[in-house]
Amino acid sequence: MLKTITQKPDSFLVRILRQDGPGKKSYWQRFRVPYEADMNAISVLQKIAEIATTVEGEKVAPVVWECNCLEEVCGACTMLIGGRVRQACTALVDHLLADNPAEIELRPMTKFPVIRDLLVNRSRIFASLEKIKAWVPVDSYLDMGSGLRQSQEVQQLAYQYSKCMSCGCCMEACPQFLKIELVRKPGETEDRFRAREHTANMRSFMGAHAIAQVELFNTNPIGAMTAFERLEALTAEGGIQTCGNAQNCVKVCPKDIPLTTAIGREGRAATIHMLRKWFDR
Amino acid sequence: MIVGGGLAGLAAAMKLAELECDVGLMSLLPVKRAHSACAQGGINSVNNLTQQLGDNEWKHFDDTVYGGDFLQHQPPVKELAYWAPKIIDLMDRMGVTFNRTPEGFRDQRRFGGTLYRRTAFAGATTGQQLLYTLDEQVRRWEVGGKVTKFEFWDFLGPVLDDAGRCRGCVGQDMVTMEIHALPCDAVILASGGNGLLFGRSTNSMACTGAAVSRAYQAGVHYANPEFVQVHPTAIPGADKLRLISESARGEGGRIWVPKKPQDPRQPNDIPENERYYFLEDRYPAYGNLVPRDIATREIFKVCLQEGLSVQQDRPCVYLDVSQLPREMLDRKLSGILEIYEKFQGVDPRVTAMKIFPAVHYTMGGLWCDYERDAEGGLVHGSPRNQQTNVPGIYAIGECDYQFHGANRLGANSLVACIFSGLTVAPGVMAYLDNLPAGGRAADQPSSLFEQAAYKHLADYKALLARPADGPNPYSLHLELGALMTKTATVVRHNPELAAALGKIDELAEQVNVSAVVDKSNWSNQNVVFVRALKDMIPMAKAIVKGALQRDECRGAHFKPEFTVPDVTATEPVQRRRQAEDWCDRFEANNKKWLKTTIADCTAEGGVNLSYEDVDTSLIPPRPRLYGVVGGQVIEEVWKERRKKMMNAE
Ligand SMILES: Cc1cc2nc3c(=O)[nH]c(=O)nc-3n(C[C@H](O)[C@H](O)[C@H](O)COP(=O)(O)OP(=O)(O)OC[C@H]3O[C@@H](n4cnc5c(N)ncnc54)[C@H](O)[C@@H]3O)c2cc1C
Ligand code: SF4
Ligand code: SF4
Ligand code: FES
Repeated sequence: MLKTITQKPDSFLVRILRQDGPGKKSYWQRFRVPYEADMNAISVLQKIAEIATTVEGEKVAPVVWECNCLEEVCGACTMLIGGRVRQACTALVDHLLADNPAEIELRPMTKFPVIRDLLVNRSRIFASLEKIKAWVPVDSYLDMGSGLRQSQEVQQLAYQYSKCMSCGCCMEACPQFLKIELVRKPGETEDRFRAREHTANMRSFMGAHAIAQVELFNTNPIGAMTAFERLEALTAEGGIQTCGNAQNCVKVCPKDIPLTTAIGREGRAATIHMLRKWFDR
Repeated sequence: MIVGGGLAGLAAAMKLAELECDVGLMSLLPVKRAHSACAQGGINSVNNLTQQLGDNEWKHFDDTVYGGDFLQHQPPVKELAYWAPKIIDLMDRMGVTFNRTPEGFRDQRRFGGTLYRRTAFAGATTGQQLLYTLDEQVRRWEVGGKVTKFEFWDFLGPVLDDAGRCRGCVGQDMVTMEIHALPCDAVILASGGNGLLFGRSTNSMACTGAAVSRAYQAGVHYANPEFVQVHPTAIPGADKLRLISESARGEGGRIWVPKKPQDPRQPNDIPENERYYFLEDRYPAYGNLVPRDIATREIFKVCLQEGLSVQQDRPCVYLDVSQLPREMLDRKLSGILEIYEKFQGVDPRVTAMKIFPAVHYTMGGLWCDYERDAEGGLVHGSPRNQQTNVPGIYAIGECDYQFHGANRLGANSLVACIFSGLTVAPGVMAYLDNLPAGGRAADQPSSLFEQAAYKHLADYKALLARPADGPNPYSLHLELGALMTKTATVVRHNPELAAALGKIDELAEQVNVSAVVDKSNWSNQNVVFVRALKDMIPMAKAIVKGALQRDECRGAHFKPEFTVPDVTATEPVQRRRQAEDWCDRFEANNKKWLKTTIADCTAEGGVNLSYEDVDTSLIPPRPRLYGVVGGQVIEEVWKERRKKMMNAE
């Protein structure tokens, strides 16, 4: 069980690393937030939006961040809290203050370009899903009867992987996953810039989540029919060979996805795939 | 252009793409993060197993209209029930990880408002699993070039031509803050519910209802605004009231309170005979699985009138799964039990959970049409299906009003979202085919779009220019939420509702001058919030006025002053007479109130209400009693009357 505070304070300090836009300098701001029962990092940010005044008494813009579900299923609210990458909605203030009564520290993820404050650009995560063709290629959406029967065991395995909410924690923690930040060139249109960014994303390391998704779709009976294409993506630039097996990813996944198991299994599949291609030449 | 990428919007996008339509998909967040991800319990359809126990599509249809207190037009609901099994099959083919029986079939659990195990599920994160599967299919079409996403965009309103036909929409890129008018031949709203109007609810942060409000203010009817579902079992919290799904009860969870008020013992130490299982006592047939409106009112009654709340300082009752096998809990319910454990720090596998009702689902929504066929179902592919009163604007999913009447049954929303998304597609295609030559959005003068964009740009600039020291919009939102929760949820009283209308006007004045602190023209969430808050006001008025005018009890709408007295006599003749009276009043009330409320927004943001008859031609309305103890005599009397009516016909 996590540590929790026994003495409830009247208020506590929050330190936030802010940044006004891409390429701008970041800076710290501190806020004093009145303590309430059942608070988490999101309700802290909501409170700060309401107060919008720093400890120095300066009136400032509310902090920008991303969230939606507030119960750790949508993957939106990833940030560094006390230096640890995690979902803000399940970061309970009582636990955070037990770890560090002096203050709560919030920072944006470091592996994704900052858009503003705690909001980062995670389009790269979705690009990697594109790259590995993370879908079951059904013929049509017409009524063709049900899917195939499946054992409970197979379903439970698939379910573990299909809970991945594209939050980015595993990528933030990975030493092989390096930040890509492009700068818009003078005169470059938004669309052109996005297209350039997309190309860069598609070539960069896909991250543990994508390897786990290959495992998910290549073990699905219909998905397995196109396993070859996913293995191609897995063994191309930015694929599984970039993984150094540091195993940081699995420790931070909020959904407890067995990422290293997937990496092991897909590593073997990739090797066999390469050998086969070599012999079939 | 589809506005919203939850289950409804994604289902429509993939089906339209399959029909070779070029689709735009706009949403506040990446579509994979839509609110649909929160749905826990499951998705309903008749299935092989229930059929062998006497179930069929008609019964699913019947449960849905009975659960909704007959307030929904029946043809779309009938069509939904008949399509549901095919929808589950399709989702299964596309890879949804539905739980399995030992023999490898899809497993099913029981949900509220039915006696059959119709609900397929993927652990306790069914919505997430369905959403991801649709998200994957849409990504496939995106790669194929048929779908273009506009993620991190805010829908600001439709573009209507002089004849009132929709020609496109205006949206704002919430990163760059650029505003664009996007020409398109049809707009499909799939923007979900409006739980944030009530401050804290079980809903996600994107559920502001602003997109619906903007369509409503542009002339789309808003139907049945007063019907708001309050879910019986949520965890109280500072930012959100997190749901504990009905599936906990579907798998055998029981609701109880100690017989001794505020018994200080731990729940596990309270012996069986000192516990009051009030739902099981009062509704022996349905037990813990009565529909949500009934369970919610019973919990309110036990806590607030009978003084039996578990805690003194905070109303709550026990929801207990600790008696169930651990292995089963982990396999079927871990998603929700983990939420409780994470946020409350107590393991519900060991100790009973403390829960209380919370605002959950928007039954009302944008009015939409349908075309009825000879058998009482829908004409497949009709351009009228799901089209609003504004030509070219469609509504699907939680933001329409079509399927759930006065109360939605658990696990019926996910299926209705996917169904409405899939059926709207061929209808929209027919609508596009029927547009006259030169009648495409691309053929319209560019001035139409320039003017629309200009108007919204001017509004945005005015917001940015607001002083930073006006009333605090975040506090105003909490005030509005508290007011709405207090007056317009479980128990409603006319004097309070009338007063609330005045208070909303006062709040509106403050909202209109509320502070904008952030002056940046880059990722400005402050402006987006203030704008959404402004658009909550007209909807709040529609909800409160709808509730004020509807002097009856129906489904989730409950006014104690207008309840029909229970049968209380013990002497048989008197009992019978009371039951006759009850049925007389029931019939008279239906004549007056079995009607859809239609709200229209006035130019000043006020509301005009009118009423429309409901098509109940397939299943005649009947008293909604769910076998309550003491209600049998009413059911007898009603059956005799029905028989007489049928003979007379
Ligand atoms: C906690 C919880 C549990 C539930 N469990 C179940 C269940 O077990 N079974 C069941 O049947 N139902 C359940 N429901 C209900 C069901 O989840 C919802 O009704 C359903 O998911 C709604 O889907 P939707 O596609 O209509 O909209 P949503 O999933 O809400 O998506 C709305 C979309 O619209 C976008 N949007 C909104 N406003 C704008 C705007 N201004 N501009 C641009 N885009 C916008 C959002 O970004 C989002 O993409 C549950 C609901 C909750 C709250
Ligand atoms: S195991 Fe691979 S993916 Fe995971 S953290 Fe290490 S290098 Fe990164
Ligand atoms: S694998 Fe885990 S950490 Fe990585 S994106 Fe998915 S849910 Fe997040
Ligand atoms: S807000 Fe959805 S994961 Fe935190």
